[in-house]
Amino acid sequence: MEKWIERQKHIIDFTLSSLLRRKGKNAALLVVYTLVVFMLASVVFFVQAIKREASVILKDSPDMIVQRMSAGRHELIPASYLDPILSIRGVSAARSRLWGYYYDPVAGANYTLMVPEDPGPPAGTILIGQGVSRVRLAHEGDTLEFRSHDGTLIDLEVKGTISRESELVSSDLILVSEEDFRRIFGTPVGFATDFAVRVKNPRELSTVAVKAAGLLPDTRQILKDEIFRTYDAVFSWRGGMMLVILCGALLAFIILAWDKASGLSSEERREIGILKAIGWETSDVLLMKFWEGMAISFSSLLAGVILAYAHVFFTSAVLFEAALKGWSVLYPEFRVTPFIDFSQLVILFFLAVVPYTVATIIPSWRAATVDPDSVMR
Amino acid sequence: MIELADIRKVFNAGRPNEFVAVDGVSLVIDAERTTVLRGPSGSGKTTLLSLIGCMARPTSGRIRLYDREITSLPERFLTGIRQNTFGFIFQQCNLIKGITALENVMLPAYPSGEKHALLKNRAMDLLDTFKVSRKAQSKVEWLSGGEAQRVAIARALINNPSIVIADEPTANLDTKLSREFMEIMGRLKSERKTILFASHDPIIYESDLADRVIVLRDGRVERSIP
Amino acid sequence: MRKSSLFLLFLAAGITLLVLMFVHASVQMKGGAASLQAKADLVGQLGLTDLCLFTEASYTRHLSQADLHTPFQNGPVSLEHFPSGSLVMPPAAIRKINGKVD
Repeated sequence: MEKWIERQKHIIDFTLSSLLRRKGKNAALLVVYTLVVFMLASVVFFVQAIKREASVILKDSPDMIVQRMSAGRHELIPASYLDPILSIRGVSAARSRLWGYYYDPVAGANYTLMVPEDPGPPAGTILIGQGVSRVRLAHEGDTLEFRSHDGTLIDLEVKGTISRESELVSSDLILVSEEDFRRIFGTPVGFATDFAVRVKNPRELSTVAVKAAGLLPDTRQILKDEIFRTYDAVFSWRGGMMLVILCGALLAFIILAWDKASGLSSEERREIGILKAIGWETSDVLLMKFWEGMAISFSSLLAGVILAYAHVFFTSAVLFEAALKGWSVLYPEFRVTPFIDFSQLVILFFLAVVPYTVATIIPSWRAATVDPDSVMR
Repeated sequence: MIELADIRKVFNAGRPNEFVAVDGVSLVIDAERTTVLRGPSGSGKTTLLSLIGCMARPTSGRIRLYDREITSLPERFLTGIRQNTFGFIFQQCNLIKGITALENVMLPAYPSGEKHALLKNRAMDLLDTFKVSRKAQSKVEWLSGGEAQRVAIARALINNPSIVIADEPTANLDTKLSREFMEIMGRLKSERKTILFASHDPIIYESDLADRVIVLRDGRVERSIP
Repeated sequence: MRKSSLFLLFLAAGITLLVLMFVHASVQMKGGAASLQAKADLVGQLGLTDLCLFTEASYTRHLSQADLHTPFQNGPVSLEHFPSGSLVMPPAAIRKINGKVD
């Protein structure tokens, strides 16, 4: 056993000496490789974590949302529609929700204004999410101005900010009283944005939904399951940007392995001949090539994955900001809970390490099995 | 000791550039003696050396080493013999460029899994014996011709072989270095090593060390002295 | 120090960090991290339905609530022009009603 370890160490010694002969080239290779792994791993970590967060934190979402549709668009729903909903057997609670989008010309940002269930903020006051606070530099005690639907300006005082921990769902929220909401948007009394419905037994949900559709034909029902599936499909690999990243990474791995796979130079072949002439077996030569491949690819994998983890979970994926922000002005600080899916890491290993190492070993096979006699000539 | 029975080596058999390097050679090389293969270039000296040193297989014929038939051995065993029984000194040194002299000397013993410290000491001792220990940490490119040759000799001896084979070792050395080289060979001979040279340098085949000189021509043994 | 020892040390350090990563992640998960809980609570309290990922437009902010036509607000042949469109697929509810949209 000891001999085996010593043999590996000796061969690694030689492999490293050999790689160090071309310090610049191999250092650059290492850096590039690490970057590719870093980017891919960052994407994988980020997406997995967001998806998992969504599946966990949206558990208490309303079981069913009832929206009124008009000409295919989402319209205000009459409060009178609530009674038929409540009359359905299996419905344990139903309430009207008031929420909407407010465009702030000062910052160029979109906010979501929402009226929480009683007790909400008292009239004249608001609670704002962290994103709003950052964009408007507004804190407790400050006043924010809102332009209402009829052109009048309404001042509302910030009573507090919503917790940092909940930024992923609340970053752009402004919680406001019903009175102020209707003043700003002009939503008439007797109308709401939609209904949030809870059922006693989740398994009866689809039956309830069908009944609701029957009672109120101009509405559509959005079920909790659909909310989950929406977030399951977010950042799907088939989507535009993700597909580009995946293809880019695959191409990078192929190109990196290509240099190795395209065969040995005559210098390399001669060296293998010398090694065999001084007594190295074919297996020793191939072992050396194996370590050569591993030294680069496995080191890059380790460095890339660790850096990616730190990037996504300790800096909230700061490098993705530009891509994710898009045209938004408001950008949440993600702060996702760390989550690793082992199987994805295994796939990353097979992408990053196996092709490159194999590409390093295979071309040497022939040279390693040839008689060392050629060295003499 | 080393017995060659009707050895033939043909290169590129069946093709237009077919070339018979060794054409029916039968020899016995005695242990602990110094034998020189002499002859013009193209006489098959180098080929014969590589056949004896298990670096290639003959097209036909048999080779016996210490009464053991080696021509039909699988590659693994041949490598083992190459590693432990023979020490090769090539005409062009054939040291691995870009790494240190010390590492070059230790290389042949790497696969054996010997303890690093022991191996390193032995390598340093050898370099010391040949007066190149100063250059142990120098990259091979920075060695002079003579120094490189001595590092190559040290490398050939790292596994303490019983047979030393040298192919035109003085071809790239001046007279002074050639004589120094023969001195080293003399020391090896006194350590009861078997030495086999291939050379057309009189410093070698006319030296006192040579117990026997075999003259080759066109792949055949012309005569033997004595 | 021998080159191989340095390298193996580096590998060992790397693998240790990797293991620590896993430990860190599973601790965070099991600990029911405060942030996860805070988010879930707020969702229940306010009856929220979406993560605040893209605030570019209404239909990118509330992915699950979007109707079929708002994305085409500028016209029926309007192409997707928000960058987030390349990151998200149409919501499940719409895909269900209208068949294959992707």
